[in-house]
Amino acid sequence: MSAQSSLSPQDRRAALRALRQRKLVAFLFVAPLLVFLFLSFVAPIASMLFRSVYEPTVAELIPETLDAMSDWDGEELPDERIMNQFALELKKLANDRTSGRLAGEVNRSLPGTSSVIQSTARRLRAVDDAELSQSGAELLMKANKRWGDVEIWRTIESTGQPYSFTNYLTALDLEQARDGSIQARDGPKIYVDLYTKTLRIALTITLLTLLLGYPLSYFLASLRDSTANLLLVFVLLPFWTSLLVRTTSWIAMLQSGGVVNSILIGLGVINEPLELLYTEFATVIAMTHILLPFMILPLYSVMKGIDPSFMRAAMSMGAKPWAAFLRIYLPMSLPGLSAGALLVFIISVGYYITPALVGGTDGQMISNLIAFHMQQSNNWGLAAALGSILLAVILLLYWTYDRFVGTKSLSFG
Amino acid sequence: MMKPIAKILTGTALSLSLAAAASSQVLTFVSFGGSYGAAQEQHMVSTFVEQTGKQVLVEDYSGGVAEMKAQVESGNIQWDVVDIEVIDLERACSEGLLEEIPRDILPPGVDGTPAIKDFVPAALASECGVGVIVWTVIYAYNNDTIGANKPTTVADLFDTKNFPGKRALRKRPQVNLEWALIADGVSPDKVYEVLATDDGQKRAFAKLDTIKDDIVWFDSWSQAPQLLNDGGAAFVQSANGRIFAAINEEKRPFTIVWDSHLYDLDVMSIVRGSKNKELGLEFIAHATGSVPLAGMADVAYGPTRKSSMQFVDKAVTPHLPTSHMEKGVKADGVFWADYGETLGEKFNEWLLK
Repeated sequence: MSAQSSLSPQDRRAALRALRQRKLVAFLFVAPLLVFLFLSFVAPIASMLFRSVYEPTVAELIPETLDAMSDWDGEELPDERIMNQFALELKKLANDRTSGRLAGEVNRSLPGTSSVIQSTARRLRAVDDAELSQSGAELLMKANKRWGDVEIWRTIESTGQPYSFTNYLTALDLEQARDGSIQARDGPKIYVDLYTKTLRIALTITLLTLLLGYPLSYFLASLRDSTANLLLVFVLLPFWTSLLVRTTSWIAMLQSGGVVNSILIGLGVINEPLELLYTEFATVIAMTHILLPFMILPLYSVMKGIDPSFMRAAMSMGAKPWAAFLRIYLPMSLPGLSAGALLVFIISVGYYITPALVGGTDGQMISNLIAFHMQQSNNWGLAAALGSILLAVILLLYWTYDRFVGTKSLSFG
Repeated sequence: MMKPIAKILTGTALSLSLAAAASSQVLTFVSFGGSYGAAQEQHMVSTFVEQTGKQVLVEDYSGGVAEMKAQVESGNIQWDVVDIEVIDLERACSEGLLEEIPRDILPPGVDGTPAIKDFVPAALASECGVGVIVWTVIYAYNNDTIGANKPTTVADLFDTKNFPGKRALRKRPQVNLEWALIADGVSPDKVYEVLATDDGQKRAFAKLDTIKDDIVWFDSWSQAPQLLNDGGAAFVQSANGRIFAAINEEKRPFTIVWDSHLYDLDVMSIVRGSKNKELGLEFIAHATGSVPLAGMADVAYGPTRKSSMQFVDKAVTPHLPTSHMEKGVKADGVFWADYGETLGEKFNEWLLK
């Protein structure tokens, strides 16, 4: 402040105004990007997270019934008052043609109930309200004997909770027992295995691209610029080819009558064609090929900047080539190496087109299941939960990486 | 005197409102593309455009309800008329994604039979749609590579000892579980009853287990004839029209096995909240007339009106699912609305085991 005391108040105000203006201009330059990021990235992710815990459908469809259920203990069948109320609301849904939304939600937790709710709704359509509020319970029982089963009422009550963590439990192969305790799911247990498999495949691909990419980048970095640029075109060529074309060319290579098998049979190495396509092996090899440039480019750009005289200096001081490489060259190329590894790993964790086309059943990854729940089973809440967990796992891995290696050293070329 | 910026704005608003008005005159029709889509454009869409002078925009999709659900939930309806497989119809209809189609818009058949009598009953079973084709899932083999022992039943498909080779199946529980039970000795009329029980589901998966190592899975119907053609599989599950097209147009040496084929219908429906509902109804009434329906036989899909049969080329008739009804099983949309999701999960679990 003392430095500013020599300024008159007007000057100070003018200076502050100028500063504010500069800040505003700077902000305006960034604003389009911020708006874009918010709309295309932050907002969808937030809504995805929200969707995985918030499912108000049933609560909106049958509010009165759920109200009446609030003091029901869930042990015996609900009393007539509750059932009559439900019959009234179901009739209303049938006439609005929204009974299917209720059926879909309840059926998700108790398979086989969709048709019970639907057929009952159709039966109640023409019954008048006075009769329903008197003997709705009876009519329900007449329409379908399943209404005498307490399980269906429990399910209606539990799906009526707008906020729940059920999707997260399902995504971790768990379920909540009636007494509230968490237990292993009595049904398909596939998700945890799939997460570990996805991470394993991604790690394998990262290591393979590293093994293939490191020597090649080293070779490129040691060449004359003109030659290196020519060879880099070959590295970039896959980038300019459609992903689908590259994936389907692997189908032509690997199928039982494909290039690889024909050559091996022709050479007499094997008599029967090998099972290459529609395996985890196919997923790994196709993705390694597709993601290789992501490893080579950051590595090459970092290696370009390493002065070869360092290595010569180390050798002249008596280091063996291997030791010189480990102690001098490798640490200097680490920023490119870790950037490439991080890129390849994170991209491959979320891959799904390639595994879907060449992976068969062994080569499926978690994203294929997320797609399945989005596109086929329409279980968006579960898809969102699976996606959120995947996001959390990646953030956790990134955080760990930052703790132990540090992200400051990353160089993306 | 308007400021230039305001001029531009009002100009834009005006052209936008004109565009909106114009777009409401364009009907968007969504179907499955490929040779089936081409037949629909030729026999249903172009004739409708000629008669009414209205524009029709044709789009492709790969089935399922997810896209319709997204449109209806967001209130941003892009599609008007959609061709839907009945297996998805029950769900879409009951979840309120589709408009009701009043029966009185349907014209009588060319022979004067009222529509209600002219259509096969299944075509009018749902209030949300009108049946356009009867299609079916069969399996086929390649005559050149089959050897002396030729399969004739679904049980043969599950018999790897007498019929060695890869089986290509579409990667979903539908059809595969039904066939597994039939091959295991369940009578076709009891299949869904058995499949609704836990034991029945275990039994179906156990039967599939016996050939698991010999199965090649594919996702879209277009892959089926390819797999048979390039030797990727010895037996291929397929929609019958795709194999028919390969036999008929590309002269491939394939044979269809009709035993226990699982037939289903496709219907035309209107997405709920469509801005062109009236025009959509007009289009459906036209497309489901006797003559346009007969055009679907180009790809060996059976017409849903009895009066269409007189226009169908006699050479195609033996290849229509409607000519093999006594061997067929009707796919049950209500069952799959009930169990589709849970069996989908169990199927995935079984695949990943």
